Amino acid sequence: MIYLDNNATTPMDKRVLEAMLPYFTEKFGNAASRNHPYGWVAEEAVDYSREQIAALIGADEKEIIFTSGSTEAINLAIKGVADMYAGKGNHIITLTTEHKAVLDTCHALEKKGIEVTYLSVDDKGKINLKELEEAIRPSTILVAIMYANNEIGNIHPVDAIGEICNRKGVLFFSDATQAVGKIPVDVKKSGIHLLCFSGHKMYGPKGIGVLYVSRKNPRVKVTAQMDGGGHERGMRSGTLNVPGIVGIGKAAAIAREEMFEEAKRLSGLRDKIDQIFLEMEEVVLNGDIENRLPHVTNISFKHVEGEGLMMTFNQDIALSSGSACTSASLEPSYVLKALGLGDDLAHSSLRLSLGRFTTEEEVDAAIAKIKAGVEHMRSLSPIWEMYKDGIDLKTVKWTEH
Amino acid sequence: MAYSDKVLDHFNNPRNVGTLDKDQKNVGTGLVGAPECGDVMRLQIEVDDSGVITDAKFKTFGCGSAIASSSLATEWLKGKSLHEASSIDNMDIVEELELPPVKIHCSVLAEDAIKAAIKDYQEKNGIFIQEEK
Repeated sequence: MIYLDNNATTPMDKRVLEAMLPYFTEKFGNAASRNHPYGWVAEEAVDYSREQIAALIGADEKEIIFTSGSTEAINLAIKGVADMYAGKGNHIITLTTEHKAVLDTCHALEKKGIEVTYLSVDDKGKINLKELEEAIRPSTILVAIMYANNEIGNIHPVDAIGEICNRKGVLFFSDATQAVGKIPVDVKKSGIHLLCFSGHKMYGPKGIGVLYVSRKNPRVKVTAQMDGGGHERGMRSGTLNVPGIVGIGKAAAIAREEMFEEAKRLSGLRDKIDQIFLEMEEVVLNGDIENRLPHVTNISFKHVEGEGLMMTFNQDIALSSGSACTSASLEPSYVLKALGLGDDLAHSSLRLSLGRFTTEEEVDAAIAKIKAGVEHMRSLSPIWEMYKDGIDLKTVKWTEH
Repeated sequence: MAYSDKVLDHFNNPRNVGTLDKDQKNVGTGLVGAPECGDVMRLQIEVDDSGVITDAKFKTFGCGSAIASSSLATEWLKGKSLHEASSIDNMDIVEELELPPVKIHCSVLAEDAIKAAIKDYQEKNGIFIQEEK
């Protein structure tokens, strides 16, 4: 089985597991126990993890808030800012191609009277910085734009977005779940005030995430979304998940050491995939090819439906499709739709996301199997036959259902 | 989501994939669905003078269940009279392939394709039958 779905989740690095293990058993203390060595040992481990994480993203260790994952961190950032800065304004700006955790959080806030602007993107998934600037109003309190997109891998121009937000006096939150540990992230340099990511996308454990909250220039506060013991500077109550925290810290330290080499290796493999598939007929790459995460590619094989295609190799290869049929909603990927590509291209797309443990042999085998699958599915496809017969598919009267 | 063995069988060994000459008078072609919806089925029947379907072919753009539904339909159509063919119900396909609720639309599309192919044949041959409603 070849795993090419590392944007969904990554396997944990064994070095991370080793670091975590003692904190389940002999070092089981509560980091909030201030009066005995069990607590001190746990607290020390948590502090060390904060340092490892802060070093990876260019933050101060006091700016690291631990959560259960990115979804919680996103909720805390967006709802927490909306609550904390309600006196200042009630307008949030985000993107149509954000993750559901951001979009659904914004939808929930809209029901409570918050106004949200959803900026659209161009056919490469790129944001228009002029539109962003024009969308900022006196009542705008937050711009929420992801660092890199999970489906197409686009890296957004966070430095430029940060510059605009800082100049306009608006907070900038970035969901960096797909970026941290994969490409260099520096919150201070980019002018990011809040940023989140999770352990399981960077070879760490599931169930642990981070929200970075700037303490200086500006000092940002978010209103806690859960009541309790006042942990994490009062912003996120709940006994700290010490093994998880140790794990994400170790994952951050490994990423900091190995990220550059890994990105170089994976982008080489990714480019090989792209190159071979682009030699086939009627294949297009989706997204901003010049500004993509090094390990991701999103490809549409025209006239072939994604789920059917996946069935030809899903005993051997794990990956994702933008096809409607792979989701419960029967709607194709809203991200690909947002690029204005037409639903047919979204239905025909595959996302391959490589990872630390992906080998060249696996990539070669996957390319061969996918290629054979596309050829097989095209031999079954009436619209491929029509295309080969020179029929313009746009002129055909389809019966939409 | 796991596929039933019958869906997998039809997907891995699709029956009657191919193309009949749509310009022949004794061939009826049904093309249903739309690329934007992620499903397009083309089902063709060849009918002899006595009104019996002697051959059926399909090509489908779609998920595994859509391909299995159309493959099964071609199997069922061969040897049936037009009247028998038009009584194939999508729920028969659902039952035979053990399709889950989210895939019922694939069987509906297959039924639509059968009906469209019969209609095309009838129109070509000047046979007008009152549509059942």
